[in-house]
Amino acid sequence: MTRQIKAVALISGGLDSLLAARVVMEQGVHVEGINFYTGFCVEGHTHAIRKKDRDRPKRNNALWSAEQLGIKLHIVDIIDEYKDVVINPKHGYGSNLNPCLDCKIFMVNKAREWIEANGFDFIITGEVVGQRPMSQRKDTLPVIARDSGAGERLVRPLCAQNLPATLAETEGWLDREKLYGFNGRSRKPQIALARQFGFEDFAQPAGGCCFLTDKQYSVKLADLWSTRGTREYDLDDIMLLKVGRHLRPRPHFKLIVGREEGENRFLEGYRKRFINIIPTSHSGPLVLLDGEAGVDDIELAARLTARFSQGRDAQQVTVSVNRPEGETESLEVVPIPSEEIPEAWYV
Amino acid sequence: MSSVTVDARNLLCPMPVIRTQDALAGLQAGDVAVVLCTDPGVVHDIPAWCRVHGHEVSNIDQQDDLITVTVRVGNSA
Ligand code: SF4
Repeated sequence: MTRQIKAVALISGGLDSLLAARVVMEQGVHVEGINFYTGFCVEGHTHAIRKKDRDRPKRNNALWSAEQLGIKLHIVDIIDEYKDVVINPKHGYGSNLNPCLDCKIFMVNKAREWIEANGFDFIITGEVVGQRPMSQRKDTLPVIARDSGAGERLVRPLCAQNLPATLAETEGWLDREKLYGFNGRSRKPQIALARQFGFEDFAQPAGGCCFLTDKQYSVKLADLWSTRGTREYDLDDIMLLKVGRHLRPRPHFKLIVGREEGENRFLEGYRKRFINIIPTSHSGPLVLLDGEAGVDDIELAARLTARFSQGRDAQQVTVSVNRPEGETESLEVVPIPSEEIPEAWYV
Repeated sequence: MSSVTVDARNLLCPMPVIRTQDALAGLQAGDVAVVLCTDPGVVHDIPAWCRVHGHEVSNIDQQDDLITVTVRVGNSA
C-alpha cells in the first residue's frame, strides 16, 4: 500500500493560502492547516471591541478557509516568540513596522518544526512571486526557504512553475504540470481559480495580514517604544494600540480615550493596571492614563476627559480619578477647549 | 469520562479558541471541556474550530457578559 503523503498549509485567512492548499489537495495529498497568532493579526478584535462593528457577522477567516477546504486547522500562539521578529528584524521593515520577510521565515520555520514533530512531508504557502514588495520577490522567496530550514520541503503551488522543483515534485508526490505559474501583482488569476473551485465570499485583505502594515498603528507602536525608551511590548500593550483615541499631552504619559460603549467596556478590563478617569456629572468615556503623572498631569488628563464627555460645553465637569490600588478622588474641572488641544497630541 | 473547565475570560479571539484547543489535546473522545469566555466572537469561532476538528459544541449559554461554551470531544481527537 502506498503511504499517504501529508502536508501542512499556512492558512492566513486570505485567498492565496486557501487556493494553495486546495491545489495540493486536488492531487490527493492529505492537507491540514496551521495558523499563527502573533497578537497583531487583524482577525476580529476590533469587531469584538467596537459596538458598531458587532452587528456585522464576524468570522475568523482562517477558520472559514479551513471549513471551505474541509481540513483541520491548528492555531498556534506565537505571541512571545514573535516579539524578537518585530523588535529586531534581520531584514528590516517594510513601509511601516511590518517585518514581512523575517515574519515569513519565522512562520515557515515554525511550520517546519511542526511537520517534523507530526510526521508530515512538506509545507504549503500561498506565496506568489512578485506579489508583495518585501517578502514575495524572486530574490526573497529562496531566502525564506533557506533561512527557515524548510528548503526543498517548501512548496508554493500558485507559482511553483516559476521556481525550481521541490522535493514534492521530484519525489512524484505532486505533478508540476498541475501546479501554477502565477506571478506579479495581478489578482485576476487567483480570482479565476477561486471561481473554478467554487469559492465565494473569500477575504481579500488590502494591506496584508496584520496591523503592522497599518501606518497609524505603526506610529502608535513607535511612540510606545520611543517614550518608554525600550523596544519592548506585551500583549496588553499591542491590544490597547488597537483601541480608542490615543493622546500624548506630555512625553511621560498618554491617554487612551474610549470612543464608544464597546471600547469603554473593553478598557474597563484594564482599570486595575492604569490610573483611569471617568466623568461622573455627565456621561462620557473611560480614559486610561498610561505613564507617570503628577498633580498637574492628572488635572490636565481630567480636563481632557471632560472635553470628550457630554459635558464638553459645560462650565464644570466632575470626574472620578481612580488609582489601580483602589484609591479614588473626585475632581471638578473645566473642560479643555478644543483649540487648546494641539494636533501633535494625537498619536 | 472527564470534564475540564477552561478560563478564557477577558481574552479576545482567537485566544479562547487556542485555549480550547490546548485543553482538548489532553482529553479523550467523549470528555467535556467547559469554556468560560467574554468575547462574543467565541459564539462563531469555537463552533467553527470544533466543526473542522470533529468535536461537538453541546451547549452555548450566554448570561450578561459571560458566555459558557460546552464542548464534547469527538472521535477523531
Ligand atoms: S503583513 Fe504582518 S503577518 Fe503578514 S507577512 Fe507581513 S508582518 Fe507577517
